[in-house]
Amino acid sequence: MKPAPFQYHAPRTIEEAVATLARVAPDDGRVLAGGQSLVPTMAFRLARPRHLVDINGVAALSRLVVENGKLCIGATVRHAAFERPVAKGPLGELLREVVRHIAHKPIRARGTFCGSIAHADPASEWCLVAAALGAEMVARSARGERVIPAKDFFSGIMTTALQEGELLTEVRLPLLSADTRFGFCEFNRRAGDFAIAMALVTFRLKNSAIIEPRVAISGAEATPRRIAQAETALDSHAPDAKTFAAAADAAAKAIDPLDDENTSADYRRGLVRTVVLRALERAAT
Amino acid sequence: MGERAAEGLVTGFVMTEKLAFTLNVNGRDFPVRVEPRRTLADTIREECKLTGTHLGCEHGVCGACTIIIDGEAVRSCLMFAVQAAGKRIRTVEGLANGNELHPLQRAFIAHHGLQCGFCTPGFLMLAVNTLEQQPDIGDEELLDVLASNLCRCTGYGNIVKAVKAARDEMRAGK
Ligand SMILES: Cc1cc2nc3c(=O)[nH]c(=O)nc-3n(C[C@H](O)[C@H](O)[C@H](O)COP(=O)(O)OP(=O)(O)OC[C@H]3O[C@@H](n4cnc5c(N)ncnc54)[C@H](O)[C@@H]3O)c2cc1C
Ligand code: FES
Ligand code: FES
Repeated sequence: MKPAPFQYHAPRTIEEAVATLARVAPDDGRVLAGGQSLVPTMAFRLARPRHLVDINGVAALSRLVVENGKLCIGATVRHAAFERPVAKGPLGELLREVVRHIAHKPIRARGTFCGSIAHADPASEWCLVAAALGAEMVARSARGERVIPAKDFFSGIMTTALQEGELLTEVRLPLLSADTRFGFCEFNRRAGDFAIAMALVTFRLKNSAIIEPRVAISGAEATPRRIAQAETALDSHAPDAKTFAAAADAAAKAIDPLDDENTSADYRRGLVRTVVLRALERAAT
Repeated sequence: MGERAAEGLVTGFVMTEKLAFTLNVNGRDFPVRVEPRRTLADTIREECKLTGTHLGCEHGVCGACTIIIDGEAVRSCLMFAVQAAGKRIRTVEGLANGNELHPLQRAFIAHHGLQCGFCTPGFLMLAVNTLEQQPDIGDEELLDVLASNLCRCTGYGNIVKAVKAARDEMRAGK
C-alpha cells in the first residue's frame, strides 16, 4: 500500500505547469490535484506515474468567479467551496445540495471539482452536474487552449477527451435563471459512498407547463448524459404525477445500464426510474 | 544512463532523490529528508516519530490518519509529505495542554468513546476540527460528519455521545 517512486514537480504558474506537463506527460507524467482519487490508485499500484505535476501551488488556478453569465471553477477549487452558495440563484443552491453527497468532509477539503471531471468516474456527482447543465471544460497545453463542451467530453469509464499533456484549467457552468427548479436524487448503500444511480433534473414553468427540461443520469451508465426521451416526455406537459412517471419510465427504457457482480443491469434500470421520479418530485416542490 | 536517468526518462525505474524540507507539527519544526512518494502519514510517524496518527486502510476510506492542516481535517495518507511543507499541521499529540486533556479527550473517556483506541486519533482530530469550525453544529449534521471515519469496536454510539457532550461543554464554556 505504498505508492511507487515518482519525480515531483511543483509549478507556480499555469505556463510553467503546462510546460512541465509537455515534458513529462509522454513519460507517464500526471497532474496531481486533490489527490483523493489518484493517491489511492497509486497506493494500490494500479497507477505508477513516473512524474507528478502538483498544481496546488498555482495561484491562478484557484479562481472561483462569475464571468459572462458563467461560473468559472478553477482547477484547485475544492469540493468544500460549494458547501456555501457560490453563485446567486438556483445554481449556487444546486451545487450546495449536490456537494453534500460527495464523499466526506476531510475528502471534500482536498478533492477538487476539476479533478472529479478529469477523473470521470461514472459515479461522480460533479460529472453529472457538468453533463446536465452543459458545462464547458477549458483545456490548456503547450499547443494552446481549447474549450470542450460536456457532450463531447466524457467518452467512457474514467476516459475523457483530455489529451496527453493537457491541463484542465477550469470548468464553466452556465448560471441558471431565477425561476429554474432543480431536483437531485442519488442512491447508494452507505452514506458518502459512490452512487449506484443518480439523477439531476431542471426545468422552468410557463403557463403551468414545463419548459426547458433537462434530465441527466449517471452512475448507471459508463458516462453521465442527458436523456432526450425523458426530456421529451416532460416538455410542455403539466408538472404532475402522470408526467413525471412517464418521464421516469422513458429514462429507464432509454439507458444502457452497467452490469457487475454487485448490481445487475435490471436493478440499475429500476433505480434509474426511481431516482428520476424522486428528482422530478423534488424539483416540483 | 546518467544523464537520462537524472531526467527520469529511463524505463523500468524512476530516479527519486530525497527532498529536504521542514514540517511544522503542533508548533514544532521537524526538518525531514524523504522521497516524494512518502505520504504525510508515514513521514509524521517515521521521521517526526509522532505515532499517534494511525494508518488503517492507506487509501482514504477509514479516517484513522485524519489530521488538521491549515485548519482543515484531511486524510494524511492521501497527501505526500512534501505537499505539507510550510503548512501548520496538528496531530493528536497537540490536543492536550501539558497534562490537561482536551475537553473532547475527556469526553471520550467519560462516555467510553473508545475500546482498542485504533480509530480514536482520527475521530478526535475530525471532531475537534468540526467543533472549532462549527461550535453550534446540530446533532444530525454532526452524525453526517462522523460517518466519515470507521470504528470496528464501539458501534459508534458512544463516540457520537462523547462528541455531543464535548460540543455542549465547549459551548457552555464560551
Ligand atoms: C473515501 C472516498 C470517497 C469518495 N467518494 C466520492 C463520491 O461519493 N463522489 C465522487 O464524485 N467522488 C468521490 N471520491 C473521489 C473524490 O471526489 C476526488 O476528489 C475526485 O474524484 C478527484 O479529484 P482530485 O482533485 O482529488 O483529483 P486527483 O486525485 O488529484 O486526480 C484524479 C485524476 O484526474 C487527473 N487530474 C486532476 N486534476 C486535473 C486537471 N486539472 N487537469 C488534468 N487532469 C487532472 C489526475 O491526473 C488523476 O488522473 C471519494 C474519494 C475517497 C477517498
Ligand atoms: S489510513 Fe488514511 S483513511 Fe485509512
Ligand atoms: S475503538 Fe477500536 S476501532 Fe474504534
